[in-house]
Amino acid sequence: MHTHESQPTEVIRFHSVTREFGEQTVLKDLSFGIPAGQTHVIIGESGCGKSVTLKLMMALMTPTKGQIDWFGTSLHSRSTKQVDRDRLRFGFLFQNAALFDSMPVFENVAFGLRQNTPFTQNEIHDRVIAGLQEVGLPATTAPKMPSELSGGMRKRVGLARALVLEPDVMFYDEPTTGLDPIMSDVINELIIRVRERSNVTSVVVTHDMNTVKRVADGVTMLYPRTMLQDHESQVVFEGNVDELFEADDERIRSFVRGEAGSRIEQMLAAA
Amino acid sequence: MSTAPATGSAEVQPRFDPCGAPGRAVLRVLREAGSIAIFFLQVLKRIPGGTRRSTLVPTLYLVGVGSLPVVMVTGLFIGMVLAVQSYNQFVTMHLESRLGAVITMSLVTELGPVLAATMLSGRVGSSIAAELGTMRVTEQIEGIRALGADPIQYLVVPRFLACLLLIPLLTAIADGVGTLGGWWLSTEILGVSSHEYWFHADAMVTGYDVMSGLLKSVFFGAAIAVISCHRGFHCGSGAQGVGRAATEAFVTSFVVILIIDFLLGVFVNAVYYLIWPGTNSLL
Repeated sequence: MHTHESQPTEVIRFHSVTREFGEQTVLKDLSFGIPAGQTHVIIGESGCGKSVTLKLMMALMTPTKGQIDWFGTSLHSRSTKQVDRDRLRFGFLFQNAALFDSMPVFENVAFGLRQNTPFTQNEIHDRVIAGLQEVGLPATTAPKMPSELSGGMRKRVGLARALVLEPDVMFYDEPTTGLDPIMSDVINELIIRVRERSNVTSVVVTHDMNTVKRVADGVTMLYPRTMLQDHESQVVFEGNVDELFEADDERIRSFVRGEAGSRIEQMLAAA
Repeated sequence: MSTAPATGSAEVQPRFDPCGAPGRAVLRVLREAGSIAIFFLQVLKRIPGGTRRSTLVPTLYLVGVGSLPVVMVTGLFIGMVLAVQSYNQFVTMHLESRLGAVITMSLVTELGPVLAATMLSGRVGSSIAAELGTMRVTEQIEGIRALGADPIQYLVVPRFLACLLLIPLLTAIADGVGTLGGWWLSTEILGVSSHEYWFHADAMVTGYDVMSGLLKSVFFGAAIAVISCHRGFHCGSGAQGVGRAATEAFVTSFVVILIIDFLLGVFVNAVYYLIWPGTNSLL
């Protein structure tokens, strides 16, 4: 659907990105990249800035300082219109699916197609039904309102809505949060299938270690800014899954094992 | 790891600062006004881009048809209240035959536009702020952008156009129903002659008065739409944030309506005397 530029080795790169909300610094001097063609997982405990990172990647937020590259070119060098157009190369599955609750499922999935393509009503209909079936939802789901759907179905509708636009890169914001283990695995399986089907680069933000084990080619771990000294980097790990589970750093080990240790005292001291 | 001392809390206690607090409040109001002005310009810039019929028609229905009953009922009673209150004053001067002039003039120049705007602000403005606020906190606005659409174009432009286009109509209906309410009460209950009621109304109220009232309402409609959408787009998190956005949308709109009413009242009078310089008073 989109004109593909020559594929660089990284689809996104952060150069010393800082993001502040009022007086609170959530991300500081963050530098890392997302390799093309991989499923890259960003992990870290709640409040470390994972979702903010994802929204910065998609230019749904702007950094307070620093620079972000898309496909080897800085966002600064693009006009707002170019950014809006190029954003269509990315798909986003929001944490709570962010379905438009005033529209039925069909219109939710058709929204991007209606806004950005010259497809006829019949073509849109076919693509929407195919998109729903791709995520395991029957055509009978199409006329339902989002309020009639379970959490897992909402996530899958959100995924179908992003996938019908055939993105080059898919972002998943905590895709398994709030789902039962079976539905979590369904979502993990869909992430794998999406990547295998069309070589989509995937960026998954999660703190679900099962998801990390199932889908990740590469892993970046962020640490909350408030728990670090000024000179320390927020990226405490970059590597593959095996390296993550063998890491010696106590911060990584306790996260991977899900052990709080002395965290309560640390949080109180940081506050 | 952070080693922030727990004993430092005494330094962050808010100090009594009688000069600072009003200053900060003024700055906050100015920042908010600037933010609304920028938002308004963003909306104006997108109007030539148009809007889809599928989003405009439901909004027109919500703003127009949905507001009709409340505007008619309030218009009717305002007209009747005007008749009762004015009659008591006028009868002592034997001027009750002029009730039609006073009621109609008050309605078309001031009460009709302000009443329609207040109803629109309370019914539609709060609803817009709450709806857009909920969309913001549930990431639906970001979802629209992520799917390649412009949230202002998609969400704000149809609401702005609906308020702008329909408020003159609602105002005209409030004027008409209010005048009829005043006429019915004056003639049927208070015993004023129907002929005199309409004769003096016709003699006093000019097309200029009616048009100036309708013109005011256009500004009110624009203000309500922009302020309500702005509050929705900048709403705080959670249910409390949405509730506050809805309340702020109504309160801010109402204050701005009165400010615009005053400024336009001065302007309209100045233009009137510029066109008809020999006229000293409308009465």
